[in-house]
Amino acid sequence: MTSASLTLSARGVAGTQRFLAYAITIAALFALPLASHADGPVVAGMSQLLLGAALLAGIGLLIGFGVQGGRLLDLMLLAVSGVTAILLLRFVAAYPGTVKGGFWALVVALWLSSWLFVERLSAWDVTDRAAKRAIGLAIPLLFGVWVLVLWELLVTGFGVPKILLPAPSDIGLRFASSIPTLWADFRQTFLKAVLIGYAIGCGAGFVTAILVDKVDFLRRGLLPIGNLVSALPIIGIAPIMVMWFGFDWPSKAAVVIIMTFFPMLVNTVTGLASADRIQHDLMRTYAANYWQTLVKMRLPMALPFIFNALKINSTLALIGAIVAEFFGTPIVGMGFRISTEVGRLNVDMVWAEIAVAALAGSAFYGLVTLLERVFTFWHPSVRG
Amino acid sequence: MLNEQGPQKARSVIDIRGLSLTFETNDGPVHALSNVDLDIREGEFVSFIGPSGCGKTTLLRVIADLEKPTGGEITVNGVTPEEARLARAYGYVFQSSALYPWRTIADNVALPLEIMGLSASERKERIARNLDLVNLGGFERKYPWQLSGGMQQRASIARALAVEPHLLLMDEPFGALDEIVRDHLNEQLLKLWAKTDKTVVFVTHSIPEAVFLSTKIVVLFPRPGRIYDVIESDLPRDRTLDIRETPEFLKIAHRVREGLRAGHSYEDS
Repeated sequence: MTSASLTLSARGVAGTQRFLAYAITIAALFALPLASHADGPVVAGMSQLLLGAALLAGIGLLIGFGVQGGRLLDLMLLAVSGVTAILLLRFVAAYPGTVKGGFWALVVALWLSSWLFVERLSAWDVTDRAAKRAIGLAIPLLFGVWVLVLWELLVTGFGVPKILLPAPSDIGLRFASSIPTLWADFRQTFLKAVLIGYAIGCGAGFVTAILVDKVDFLRRGLLPIGNLVSALPIIGIAPIMVMWFGFDWPSKAAVVIIMTFFPMLVNTVTGLASADRIQHDLMRTYAANYWQTLVKMRLPMALPFIFNALKINSTLALIGAIVAEFFGTPIVGMGFRISTEVGRLNVDMVWAEIAVAALAGSAFYGLVTLLERVFTFWHPSVRG
Repeated sequence: MLNEQGPQKARSVIDIRGLSLTFETNDGPVHALSNVDLDIREGEFVSFIGPSGCGKTTLLRVIADLEKPTGGEITVNGVTPEEARLARAYGYVFQSSALYPWRTIADNVALPLEIMGLSASERKERIARNLDLVNLGGFERKYPWQLSGGMQQRASIARALAVEPHLLLMDEPFGALDEIVRDHLNEQLLKLWAKTDKTVVFVTHSIPEAVFLSTKIVVLFPRPGRIYDVIESDLPRDRTLDIRETPEFLKIAHRVREGLRAGHSYEDS
């Protein structure tokens, strides 16, 4: 019956079909056990009752939608979904690995109501800019929360071994209890290797691009070599950099420099060539010299390309620094932690480091994007 | 009726003798210009008209030192085109406005002034004066992409005028605009020319535009690009759009059309 409701909801984007799916799910709730112990008896109790009540409230709301929709009802749907999620999480924590069909039917119901809420939310007709922005933020945020909840429910509900995939709650606990370690790793890998390598790599790529653009033999000689360097595998370069620059962060920064140099070089060279003939003729009629043409026309014109490279490099730099730490490092750093904790089967710590990397990487990328919007506000892709 | 006083008395601004320009291409040499003779005097409004490929834009670009001739002689203000360009002797208006989207209208007009190294106060004064001249006062802080095509082209004219050249070179500046806007800008351009007394060289493929604006119309032929006819217009200098209905206007337009037709039949044969 759970699968029946699934197919129905997948097909039924229209409201009536979803109501039907709800009804089937509710039927499943009462027909199937929520969980069982090894010796057989059906587990029932307060949580089951609460879940049923919460869901019934949800159905009541849905019927309300049929009569007349409203933002208050939408928000109540959100509240009911939230309470149901919390109850399901508590229930699964009490009966890990032993939940039954009725439980999964409720998970499906939760999924349906969250889906409905997001759909309702995106249909909200707001004119206020701040409210619009808040809704734009709320939708991906809700989606992220839902992914975490589903992850927790699935992993705990099916009793997946922690070594394969720990639940988000385990990762969260490990994160909270290891903040000093995580901070030390972050400082070593991100604040030193990534940022310094990124700055030097992007800066060198930019300056080289200007030289390559000005001097023709460099274009013919240096660009192919740059291309060759960019094709070198990081796995091969990292140990060599460790031999050259030692175990500490400079060798990781060197790997980051090699990885970020070429995207910046190629993008800037392309950007400098992006001005068309009329633009060049215009500067010529003003008898502008090389530097005036460069600063007043060609560099602003190249900015969208340069920011493209800065964005690509923001993620490349983090990957490069973490992987480089697999090849010899002092006993601190995100890559070092990942490689050693995997060996000790502390997979939750590995995930905590991954979370740090994801947060830092997204924040870095977001910052570059923000700068891009400030500096290339005039570009058709930004001004909208 | 300045030209009735005799353009011969005015100083020669552009003097072209036996000019030719051959582009070497993969398909062999292309004779863009062949044996062109032309004399343009101070205060004249000269239009180059002809079918595409006749070299009218190329001729303008040679005057502006954007192309180098391969034969013959040309002087601009008595010196070579390159010296004239380096002395910023002319303002050039392109087919598209070529305004920089990251600069406001005022800052776009300031661009050549910054390159010339003028002081901030001088720049400010020239920006205000020239934007007023093209009726764009009040749009200083707008960005080009916030303005219509006609306003953008007016801003680019203000930018060319801000250099304060005696010579204005315009390469189909209104070609991309619709007829009504073009008529309006043509009228404004004539007023501006009367007010500033500059020499204007104007490339177009529109007969009414050429006849309405010019004191002298140069009809060019393609393959190789050369001058077919030079028509001195006897229309009065202060013209309104109504003049296009008069017999005098139609007579000149007819002569221009005859010339263009001869060029086309050459092309078809």
